[in-house]
Amino acid sequence: MKKNFDPRKNYEATKVKVGYVNRKDATQTLYDKMGFMSGLEVHQQLKTKKKLFCNCPAGIYNDNSHFDAEVIRHMRPTLSELGEYDGTALMEFKTKKTIVYKLKNETTCTYEIDDTPPFPIDREALDIAIEIAFLSKLNTVGEVHITRKQYLDGSIPAGSQRTAIIGVDGEIPISNKKIRLVQLCLEEDTCREISNIGHTRVFKTDRFGMPLIETVTHPDMVNPDEVKEACDYIRFLNRSTNKVRIGIGSGRQDVNVSCKGGNRVEIKGVSKTKLLPELTHNECFRQWALIHIKDILTKRINVKSWKISTKKLNFFDYNFSYSPAIEANNRKDKFYAVNLPEFKGILSHFTQPGKCFINELSDRLKVIACIEKPNMITSEDIENTEDRKIFTKIASMFNAGENDAQIIFWAPKEDIDTAISTISERCKLAFFEVPKETRKYNLDGTTEFKRVLPGANRMYPDTDSPPIPLASEHLKNIQANLPSDVSERTAQMIKWNIPKDTFTYLHVNNLFPLINKIANELAYEPKFIACFLGHQLKHIEGQFNARKLDYNKIYQIFEFIKKRKLDKEIAFKILPVLFEHPQMDFDSILESINFRKHNNNGIISNISFLKNKYNEIGKTKTDEARNNWVMGQLNNIAVGNISMNELKNIVKGV
Amino acid sequence: MDNEFFQGYRGQALEVLKQYNVRVWGKATITTTRGNFEGTVLPRSCNDDEKHIVIKIESGYNIGIDVETITNMKETGYNKVNFKIQEKDFPSVQGLPTVKLFGTGGTIASRLDYRTGAVIPAFSPGELYSAVPELAEICNLETEKVFAVFSENMGPTHYIALAKAIAKEIERGVDGIVIGHGTDTMQHTGAALTFMVQNPPIPIILVGSQRSSDRPSSDAPLNLMHAMTAAGHGDIAEVMVCMYGTTSDEYGLLHKSTRVRKMHSSYRSTFRTIGDTPVASVTRDGVTHIKENYNPRRKDRKVKLLPYFSDKVTMVYYYTGIKPDVIDSLVDAGYKGIVFVGTGLGHLNKELYPAIERAHAKGVHMYMTLQTLWGYVQMFVYDTGRDIMAKGVIPCGNMLPEVAFIKLSWALGQTEDPEEVKRLMLTPINDEITEREPYNGYVLLQGGVPEVDDFLAKTRK
Repeated sequence: MKKNFDPRKNYEATKVKVGYVNRKDATQTLYDKMGFMSGLEVHQQLKTKKKLFCNCPAGIYNDNSHFDAEVIRHMRPTLSELGEYDGTALMEFKTKKTIVYKLKNETTCTYEIDDTPPFPIDREALDIAIEIAFLSKLNTVGEVHITRKQYLDGSIPAGSQRTAIIGVDGEIPISNKKIRLVQLCLEEDTCREISNIGHTRVFKTDRFGMPLIETVTHPDMVNPDEVKEACDYIRFLNRSTNKVRIGIGSGRQDVNVSCKGGNRVEIKGVSKTKLLPELTHNECFRQWALIHIKDILTKRINVKSWKISTKKLNFFDYNFSYSPAIEANNRKDKFYAVNLPEFKGILSHFTQPGKCFINELSDRLKVIACIEKPNMITSEDIENTEDRKIFTKIASMFNAGENDAQIIFWAPKEDIDTAISTISERCKLAFFEVPKETRKYNLDGTTEFKRVLPGANRMYPDTDSPPIPLASEHLKNIQANLPSDVSERTAQMIKWNIPKDTFTYLHVNNLFPLINKIANELAYEPKFIACFLGHQLKHIEGQFNARKLDYNKIYQIFEFIKKRKLDKEIAFKILPVLFEHPQMDFDSILESINFRKHNNNGIISNISFLKNKYNEIGKTKTDEARNNWVMGQLNNIAVGNISMNELKNIVKGV
Repeated sequence: MDNEFFQGYRGQALEVLKQYNVRVWGKATITTTRGNFEGTVLPRSCNDDEKHIVIKIESGYNIGIDVETITNMKETGYNKVNFKIQEKDFPSVQGLPTVKLFGTGGTIASRLDYRTGAVIPAFSPGELYSAVPELAEICNLETEKVFAVFSENMGPTHYIALAKAIAKEIERGVDGIVIGHGTDTMQHTGAALTFMVQNPPIPIILVGSQRSSDRPSSDAPLNLMHAMTAAGHGDIAEVMVCMYGTTSDEYGLLHKSTRVRKMHSSYRSTFRTIGDTPVASVTRDGVTHIKENYNPRRKDRKVKLLPYFSDKVTMVYYYTGIKPDVIDSLVDAGYKGIVFVGTGLGHLNKELYPAIERAHAKGVHMYMTLQTLWGYVQMFVYDTGRDIMAKGVIPCGNMLPEVAFIKLSWALGQTEDPEEVKRLMLTPINDEITEREPYNGYVLLQGGVPEVDDFLAKTRK
């Protein structure tokens, strides 16, 4: 059996052993057994005119076709306020990245490139953040202190993000419980990455500095669905102010997951909440799998006596056929073999759907040693990469034991040392723990290593900004003008019998106040308005590439209908025309849909004639078919003049 | 006592801390009308108000609590934190040049000062090595803190102390000298040292940073590496300023400290040579010469030390409508030298003439420099200029205003004989007046012009 080790089979077998099931088959009992735990950091851009610490316009995005200038920086870790270096900071310094910032004059001043100290904080942003803090039931601070939070990945040109706590200790309700909130911060948004290849990472600064809030929850969610529900609630709450940005990238969340015996792992920048359940489910299982790996390894060998060996390879001594390896050789990369004692069955051990322990190594080589993937082949590749005979040769070169595993990796000369120590470090960690790390998400629900998880050691008071006192009087003013709670809105919508399938759309677009207004001021039934918005408007937006209509126009439609004493169903005909021609006045719209004012008797008087006509020409001789046909014939003259339900009853009766 | 336990707190905030027996560095739970808070009480910056208490909460953030909202406070623990910069032994490598680093108070490596909320510098070789380990590959480092003042507080006594310390080190045999200095008055100190330490056999480099070293994007480490490279390995034995050439982390420029000026309040590449090109550029790989003529490094240990400085010199920046009483009051206050910063080619208004005549009669030494910074004083072109010269104001060629101020102070520290002062002023020691202004000595690009924007997009980093 040992001779014919099949990595694919090992992967499948370990997947079963770990107990992986698809999310739809997972039960709460299973999550409880694994100790699923998750918390969120929900980011939301605020709708302000200017950026948070300078006077550049907020919300303008530049494409990658032309830039006005570029600036080059290298980030270096500094001591925290408490005199320590941060782990992530040191790791990122090790990677020796050159950071390039591409600048557009339109969106960038000398503040963005860290050549001018901050201007006073944008008051508009501060007030929105306070409003959201109140809605989140947080205790607002007496004085806002700006903190510099180190980020050495280059996403902030200054190397530290200006951020401040607005409130602490709040809560939000979800359907079955309350989720506690740790805090809400107001911070500057980061740069957008253009590329990250080898030792060069390129960013643009258009988004950098836009006001962003971060709502942090406690790890109170015990299954993936709760994660999504809590995230949606926070998102809806933010939207309920009407003062936040919408559109792609304006809301993003980091989600923290751990399992029993695991560690906090942060999945970064998830832009769609619907991805959260799959991501958290898989991350919980990845940790569960790493704990299995730890158990296997500690049974096999004592880590103290465990040590990798490496050998430089001459490319031409081996008959490589794997094309990335051949390309690497053409680039003059160096080839190294690594022997991992007692790692047989570990490399191909399941970690995530379609991924195994090899990915843990290969991802780190990419991030820490800057070696582009694919950067290695192993004796246990699940996919066919290289002829296994090569590894027989490598194993004998190392005089390897039956239970050893081997890796061949390639890298530019200067990255070899970092690569070897990275492989060694990650393998050693496998004996001890699930590493605390930040991970990047993939659309298929899997994740990959992004960086080591930063600690509290990267905080530094911003000596450039004085503290900002929040006067009680000012807070009272904000508090007096808060929108209603999302949970109250949901309860009211249920009371109004509004179909549940519209709730997400109505909350996301903050349409509750509009429904309320139309119902109160124009006396239309809330349920009708909600369906008009949640079904018809949503449908039409879909046809128009998710373009948004000025919601005041919706109010005006009903105001117009009311004034002209039309039937409300004409709104369905007006909406598509209005969407196409937002500037057209309502009378012209009526004209364009050939609406004529008829009195009810005039319409009704056609019925008996039409029924007779149908009897003459209709094929299906049932009452229902006949009535439907009559309704169809009357539609054009009836909609807007008489309720179609009422008309249907009349047709039936004639 | 208050200082020890209630660092920085005053008034109402101090009263509240005392009332509830909570100390700075105490862990506290605080009940307020805005909810409950928990964290470590931090010292307060003495310039902030007396209405708030600062705490560090568990997530590492600082927040302030309005003392008027506090209804209860309880200390639950105590954990005094001492900020300490790591210290590692600076390795000594045979074959590397020895560079002496003088500290004057600039922020090469720094830590937080809770009193002011600002940063205070770290300085020992061990601290520097732990912050910038690359230095050990460049030179063997010795450091000495001559004094610790902010750049804006530098003055005559500091120039003299520094000049003497430099001369001593030169005689002792170091291979180069680097002076860590705040950037605001770096050009003043540079000029003073040029006049006080003449004909040095080794490079004397002033260096600083525009972003303090507590920031990951600080220019301090690279500036320091560049300065150490120029001081230890470079061949130019002059007093120079070494700072970023562009805002990018790419190269530094070595400027003659008689021709350099800080031109932006916060930009990294703030220092520019005015009316000439820089002497050289520098990277970690070495110095690349720009100017062909310079004073080369010598083996001897000879240096001419002239540590003189009179504090009876002032500057008058001309503005339209300036009244003669400005000059009169300076003369009456006992000032012996006035450097005018005039308009255009070196002009002052007619209204000042009587005051100038009076000053001249009283033996005040008056010199003319330019608000335009670039170009030469030329007082023959218009009658005004001739009039002013006739009344005793001497044109300073293309000497920069601050340099003229420093030089006149230095000259008057030695003599009050008008002819001798004039000779000292107009005989350049290191290009403070140049005979020629090269075409590329005046380059101020104008953004928005298509070819300039094209250059910025394609070439300048």
